[in-house]
Amino acid sequence: MEKILEAKHIDKYFKKPNNFHVLKDINFFIKQGEFASIMGKSGCGKSTLLYILSTMDTEYSGELLIKNELVTGRSSNELARIRNKHIGFVFQFHYLLPEFSVLENVMIPAKKLGAYPLEQIRENAMKKMQKLGIEKLADKKAFNISGGEKQRVAIARALINDPLIIMGDEPTGNLDSYNSDKVFDEFRKLSTEQGLSLLVVTHDEDFAKNTDRIITMEDGKILNPI
Amino acid sequence: MVDWKIILPIAKTHLFSKIKQTTIASLGVTFGIAAYITLVSFMTGLNEMLDGLVLNRTPHVHIYNEIKPTEKQPVDYLFGSENTMKIVHSVKPKLSQKKIYNALPLIKHLEENVDVKAAIPQVNTQIFYKSGSIDLGGTLSGIMPIKEADFFQFGDYVVSGSVKDLVKNENGILIGAGIAKNMSLDLGDRVQISTVNGDPFYLKVVGIYQSGIAEIDNIQSFVNLRTAQKMLQESSNYITDINVKMYEIDKSVELSKRIENQFNVTAIDVKTANAQFETGTNIRNIITYAVSITLLIVAGFGIYNILNMVIYEKMNDIAILKAIGFSGKDVQMIFMTQAVIIGFVGGVLGLIIGYMMARIIDQVPFETEALPTIKTFPVNFKILYYIIGFSFALISTFFAGYFPSQKAKKVDPIKIIRGQ
Repeated sequence: MEKILEAKHIDKYFKKPNNFHVLKDINFFIKQGEFASIMGKSGCGKSTLLYILSTMDTEYSGELLIKNELVTGRSSNELARIRNKHIGFVFQFHYLLPEFSVLENVMIPAKKLGAYPLEQIRENAMKKMQKLGIEKLADKKAFNISGGEKQRVAIARALINDPLIIMGDEPTGNLDSYNSDKVFDEFRKLSTEQGLSLLVVTHDEDFAKNTDRIITMEDGKILNPI
Repeated sequence: MVDWKIILPIAKTHLFSKIKQTTIASLGVTFGIAAYITLVSFMTGLNEMLDGLVLNRTPHVHIYNEIKPTEKQPVDYLFGSENTMKIVHSVKPKLSQKKIYNALPLIKHLEENVDVKAAIPQVNTQIFYKSGSIDLGGTLSGIMPIKEADFFQFGDYVVSGSVKDLVKNENGILIGAGIAKNMSLDLGDRVQISTVNGDPFYLKVVGIYQSGIAEIDNIQSFVNLRTAQKMLQESSNYITDINVKMYEIDKSVELSKRIENQFNVTAIDVKTANAQFETGTNIRNIITYAVSITLLIVAGFGIYNILNMVIYEKMNDIAILKAIGFSGKDVQMIFMTQAVIIGFVGGVLGLIIGYMMARIIDQVPFETEALPTIKTFPVNFKILYYIIGFSFALISTFFAGYFPSQKAKKVDPIKIIRGQ
């Protein structure tokens, strides 16, 4: 199986408020189709790690590879393009653009990528939304739908450019158990049916137990790297 | 590369979702531009009128014979340029004729010059207006009425009667408004004048001339060139003044110097004669621009403020856009676009309102003794001011948008996403 995401010797320090070694020599990789979760206590650095892996945080030492290509040290424009094309995000708070319709929210990353004409993008977006059962919401404004729906819209948006990997930062943290289960089921389907890799930071043990692999972190170290 | 297809709709949505703020920001620009257009139209209109007062009837180069002492006295010839001290007591002006020597060929020479629009001859002389036993001193100008009207807006100052009546009537006179009033003269009346030699002439009042300057109106009258020559018993080559109108006023200095050297006459250019008038114009322009720019800068700060607020409110949007693959520059462009749209809409509205204000001012009655031809406030509708105003709207909003958008560009999405 191909390595989708690989971290080599990643170290990170927080300079403020005082010097703090938050990530200590992180080495691990995610294979294609793997559904992994990161668990650990608050402050163990799991979110910090996720944002480094997501390419948004560039202040670290070590190497980050996506699909065996080194992305460390690239310009912010290139990194933005990599995020756009290869990484889908689902956050704890739903982070939709509130004044735009649901459909537009889903379409924005694809419009930004510009690989397809607008009609095609619209069709793709509707397909993704159908799979998630939210096609009826298409014309509603994003601030007008419920939390569970928002999270599914966010998933549809994460999927629109057919990324290599979906990253989630507590994607179920703000949802009731019914909606959490639905979101988990969607993730599971993506992993098994489409061979998509997923990396999810979570506090939810039930959620983590059902993933393929639990990466446990403590004090800036991964306890079970392989 | 900027992808407008995606940036424009986002900018548009932001603007429309905060329509109140957008409107206020645009109105700031509108107000600034409208005020600029109104002010500049009105001020330059006034300026041009005031300049016109001086420039229209002032020749760009005035050529005449000045009565003055000879510059090189006989003693200078004797000792040349040696380092000697020469004292000559009670130097008198040289007796010379008032007429310009070889005036007709000189006029022809001037008119052949490509920079010269027209060179018009005049005969100026002292006269007395006679009313019974009363003699009133005055000056009489023999002119070529049609040419004066064409090149020096002479017709604008003839308040009753007309220039044509003077052309038709060889014994006609255009009499100054002040003298006409003092002597109770009106159109069609006869006036007796006499030359310095004492020869009396009867002329018919065919028009009244009012320059707006009382000193002139109290003494000055006009007759045909030929009439003046006849009164002085001179031939048709007797010409005392030549007034030159240039295509470009800036070239008048050079021409006057050349004419003086070449033809042994006195030539005064308008800049020397009216040095103070340009200063006034410049100061008025400076005031106009200072006020306008202040207004636009205030409007610019308004936009700066509002965009700053919008960016604070849209922190989440900025973070999410960056997370899903928008670069800092894309985000910056979104906010810059908003600023420029505000500037564009506000600017266009400002131009329209400014134009309407100028139109209204143009209708306001403005009658003054000094300016017989002006009935309403003078307003300038030059397209250039509209271009300047619009450019300034775009430039000021560009800068007002640049600094806040620079902040949006630098927003760290992680801080926002994790901060919640």
